[in-house]
Amino acid sequence: MTERTIRLSVNGREYERRVAVRWTLADFLRDELGLTGTHLGCEHGVCGACTVVMNGAAVRSCLLLAVQAQGAEIRTVEGLADGDTLHPLQEAFWEHHGLQCGFCTPGILMSFACFLEEHPAPSDAEIREALAGNLCRCTGYVNIERAVRAAVTKLAGGRAGAGPTGA
Amino acid sequence: MAGRWVGARLRRKEDQRLLTGSGRFLADLRLPGMLSAVIVRSPHAHARIVAINAARARAERGVAAVFIGPDLGAVGRIPMRMSPRAEVVECLQRPLALGRVRYVGDPVAVVVAEDRYRAEDAAELVEMDLEPLPVVTEARQALEPGAPVVHESLGRNLAERLVMGCGEPERALREAPVRVRDRFKVHRHTGVPLETRGLLAQFEPGTSALTVWGPTKVPHFNRGVLSDLLGWPEHLVRFVETDVGGGFGIRGEFYPEDFLVPWAAMRLRRPVQWVEDRREHLLAANHSREQLHEIEIGADRDGRIVALVDRIYADMGAYIRTHGFVVPDRTAAMLPGPYRIPNYGAEVLCAFTNKTPCGTYRSPGRYEGTVVRERIVDRLAGELGLDPAEVRRRNFVSPADMPYDVGATADYDPVVYDSGDFRGAFDAALEAADYESLRNRQAEARREGRSVGIGIGCFVEKSGTGPWEHARVEIDGSGRVVVFTGLASLGQGLETTLAQICADELGVHPDDITVVHGDTARIPYGVGTFGSRGAVVGGNAVAQAASALRERIKSFAALRLELSPEDLVLDAGRVHPRGVPDRGLTLRELARAAAPGQPLPPGLEPGLSASAIFKAPMRVYPYGTHVATVEVDPETGRVTVMRYVIAYDIGRAINPMIVEGQLAGGLAQGLGGALLEELVYDEGGQLLTTTFMDYLLPTAMEMPEATVIHVLEKSPSPLNPLGIKGAGEGGCTGSGAALANAVADALAPLGVAVTGLPLTPATIVASIRAAASRREARR
Repeated sequence: MTERTIRLSVNGREYERRVAVRWTLADFLRDELGLTGTHLGCEHGVCGACTVVMNGAAVRSCLLLAVQAQGAEIRTVEGLADGDTLHPLQEAFWEHHGLQCGFCTPGILMSFACFLEEHPAPSDAEIREALAGNLCRCTGYVNIERAVRAAVTKLAGGRAGAGPTGA
Repeated sequence: MAGRWVGARLRRKEDQRLLTGSGRFLADLRLPGMLSAVIVRSPHAHARIVAINAARARAERGVAAVFIGPDLGAVGRIPMRMSPRAEVVECLQRPLALGRVRYVGDPVAVVVAEDRYRAEDAAELVEMDLEPLPVVTEARQALEPGAPVVHESLGRNLAERLVMGCGEPERALREAPVRVRDRFKVHRHTGVPLETRGLLAQFEPGTSALTVWGPTKVPHFNRGVLSDLLGWPEHLVRFVETDVGGGFGIRGEFYPEDFLVPWAAMRLRRPVQWVEDRREHLLAANHSREQLHEIEIGADRDGRIVALVDRIYADMGAYIRTHGFVVPDRTAAMLPGPYRIPNYGAEVLCAFTNKTPCGTYRSPGRYEGTVVRERIVDRLAGELGLDPAEVRRRNFVSPADMPYDVGATADYDPVVYDSGDFRGAFDAALEAADYESLRNRQAEARREGRSVGIGIGCFVEKSGTGPWEHARVEIDGSGRVVVFTGLASLGQGLETTLAQICADELGVHPDDITVVHGDTARIPYGVGTFGSRGAVVGGNAVAQAASALRERIKSFAALRLELSPEDLVLDAGRVHPRGVPDRGLTLRELARAAAPGQPLPPGLEPGLSASAIFKAPMRVYPYGTHVATVEVDPETGRVTVMRYVIAYDIGRAINPMIVEGQLAGGLAQGLGGALLEELVYDEGGQLLTTTFMDYLLPTAMEMPEATVIHVLEKSPSPLNPLGIKGAGEGGCTGSGAALANAVADALAPLGVAVTGLPLTPATIVASIRAAASRREARR
């Protein structure tokens, strides 16, 4: 089996590993690094459960090979909270019952962690459209949309408080 | 009971781990020396097995073993969990096919290798010499003379014929002044949880102990099945539940893999993990819903229903699986729904076909039956020139009729509604939908040439299936409350709702309660979680055990405080005399005082623990109404759901936030079933929809533009102390009906007949064209 050495950063930590070139990034994160919060729901790029943030973009880790992440900066759900302090998205999902079985949740959180950085003030329609890239079989999406809206408000408040201009 | 926590919108105890990636799903588990299994499946819908050659696969590097049917020896078939019947024993599935394969996906071999990549490589090297046989893929055709026979030993494809009803349906129908007859189809689709199935088994030769992780739903029952099939003592088999990504009826039944994986682990003496892939899931896990109904309704001139007669063809697929005939049986049992129907007759013909075997999916039989009944009631309204809402008003069973014997049976037990105000829930839904003004706006839209439709779906659900559930509540040595339940958790929030029930009984905060479920080593008895039974049967078991424990706690405290138990109260983790919160004992102090070895008066056993078996001989029946407003684009066939209303009476909500979540989720599944999802077979029995590009789950974009959910608590069940009815399915049950009626209503001006599901763009466009050519032909 052909192998390569890859170096990458995951949740701020540097890793160097030998990996079979045919291994997916998802399997690498889960099996090699033990980061099993990234889930596999279809392994063909539709459901979005395996979404991670790579170099600032939300990607499907089931459709990438681990070797493609050479030199990349990756964020997974394990890196979303700040120690014991949950990310506003995580707080809002908890508060608004935005998850049931929780299997799709890490992928949705990472999709929106990325989306909200680019769209800090999305409309309801934009939230819905962004959410359509992830499948959830439990919630009917209603409470996820509610939770994202709440997180948007919270994040905006945080920014307003932190910045001198309040913009 | 104080009721401080029951009824509270408490955020869930489960969520923190799930939000941080700390949940433990089956595929997240690793054991030292663990091997990975892949199942090799039949590519043919029906074939004779000439030979399976695994030599090349076995020789592949990293392969530990390849097993085929004969390797299993004299292993039995997988038994029916529900209402077993001796006549179809030969039609139950073996863990690996022998002699014949009967559907695409029938397991033929198991490959076990060092990792999944290698196992999949080797699986491709297993050579199957199969001689194709004629295929039958449609239930009605399967029952015709000369059709290919799926099970030779049975000699026919009729697996079962069920007959039920009351009164004199045929005569009442003949004499009815108004009669409407139609044929409706509900198509094959299924639960499709986002996490596929999976198992991990470990065998320890030193102690002969076998541990199986992953089977989640009815762990105690399945442990018994595995123990029987392996011939291994039950106490040496331990089942452990993990976090799971949704159940919906499909997960946790005993499938072929539930034998194969533990068997391989025992044989190889190494842990074996199997994680199903998505294609495999769509091929191998239970399918559901596929039925054809030939139904006729009779009414008097005022629109009062006098008779209902239905013949149902149910497609069982290639084998009888664990659910047996539950889905067809419940379809007929619940078909009369919320209406008073004095003369009812149903005949159900259950047929084998060369397709994936079937089981339950959320609202099994009720989703299908509700589509059919509510469509024919709408057709009756059309025939009488009445508004669909008005016909329903004239036919509801009234609260004064309760308990109401429907005149049908479920598993030969009479269906008797325990309580309910069906009209009340109907009115609540129509009011929330603003039905009258909706009709006005629809008329306006029609004048503008838009195809807008309104559909109503009324239904009765069934919940709280017994016969019993077990719970034990204890105070551990540190004073923490632990609830052990025989239920399984499939993602509904069980740890939270059971903690809420227990918290009220013991005067502690739900956060200070740990709920333990799904581990047969820690919980001696359990039935499990299915059919909206958890809260009803398991919840009442917890209340009963916790209440008994409260009395024990008071007895111990009374001894220590030298007071009478009646003078004591439990509050905030302490027991104190009424009105004197400063005096008293903590639960921790009491737990230590009650430990074995402490001096106790005669008759008082040591330990702060109590268990209960809650018996539920009768089912309880929640009910509700859905109202859908849709717009159909006649050019593309696309259905946009503009507004959706659900009113659902569940007697009492333990956590309204969780109940609303269940209803919204159920609606998404029902909507997916009505508008998008379909398991499509070609004539040769090949499943064509084996990816999420073909089998379309609803995304946020397909959901209604606005959804209103009313959880009603008007009719608590008289059959359990908490008054609970199950909340898991009602979001789904009425949705196929409401959407079908709304689409039919939208397309009525075009003369389109909506005769079933799915209502995909393709089927809608086809029916619009068919209506146009009918009009053309009449000219």
